[in-house]
Amino acid sequence: MLERQFHVKANDFVKAGEASIEVQGLLKKIGFDPGLIRRVSICAYEAEMNVVMHGGDGEMTLSLDADRIVLECRDSGQGIEDIGLALKPGYSTAKPEHQEMGFGAGMGLPNIEKNADSLEVKSEKGKGTHLFMIFNAGGESG
Amino acid sequence: MGMTLGELVRLVEADVFVGREKLDLVFEYCTASDLMSDVLRGPTEGSLLVTGLNNTQVIKASVIANIAAILLVRRKWPNEDLVTKAGEHEIPLLKTPYTMFTVCGKLYQKGIRGVDELIG
Repeated sequence: MLERQFHVKANDFVKAGEASIEVQGLLKKIGFDPGLIRRVSICAYEAEMNVVMHGGDGEMTLSLDADRIVLECRDSGQGIEDIGLALKPGYSTAKPEHQEMGFGAGMGLPNIEKNADSLEVKSEKGKGTHLFMIFNAGGESG
Repeated sequence: MGMTLGELVRLVEADVFVGREKLDLVFEYCTASDLMSDVLRGPTEGSLLVTGLNNTQVIKASVIANIAAILLVRRKWPNEDLVTKAGEHEIPLLKTPYTMFTVCGKLYQKGIRGVDELIG
């Protein structure tokens, strides 16, 4: 069992995305299947960017063994008012300045839902969000 | 099928900022967007990204999406950070005077297809 924790800072667009690239690099080094690495990396990036844009500060934790990879992302930010709506492709609460930077496609959580084998979203308005993503690592090809 | 980066340079009169040593790299598919989560939606492995977004997030999202090369449209100059980041991750970075629509049309004419064809 290996565990790594990454601190994600709110509104730090210089560092934003670096933790996910580190996650990707780590998984490549271990030698996981490229398709699985892609799915985990996309989820990590989307989750990280959500924290940077909406989450206040947060922590992203990667834990893995040979059978599964778990990615957890906790933040103390504004929370999600309607999780069902946030999972709808195209729904976005991004500010105009985020959109100018290439975000706010309304595809963050939908991309996570598409790529994770299991996703649990817990959120309370004004208190923060907790994403729990599981990826099955055993026997995946391509 | 496919096109090399060198052929792309000639087709869209591109300047190469990073990746001059990779002009024989071949791509078959293209994704075009200014929104990075839209890029991450598709199967983008080894494809060309055509975008108007010229900040470092375009590089980070491209690393995550395994994009083969990035083409900036509408004469957008990449700043130094963007060029440095692209170099760090060894992702070819180019710019063209053409608009996104025109670039996509030119690429389609030459047989390059959208990543939606990979979804099946």
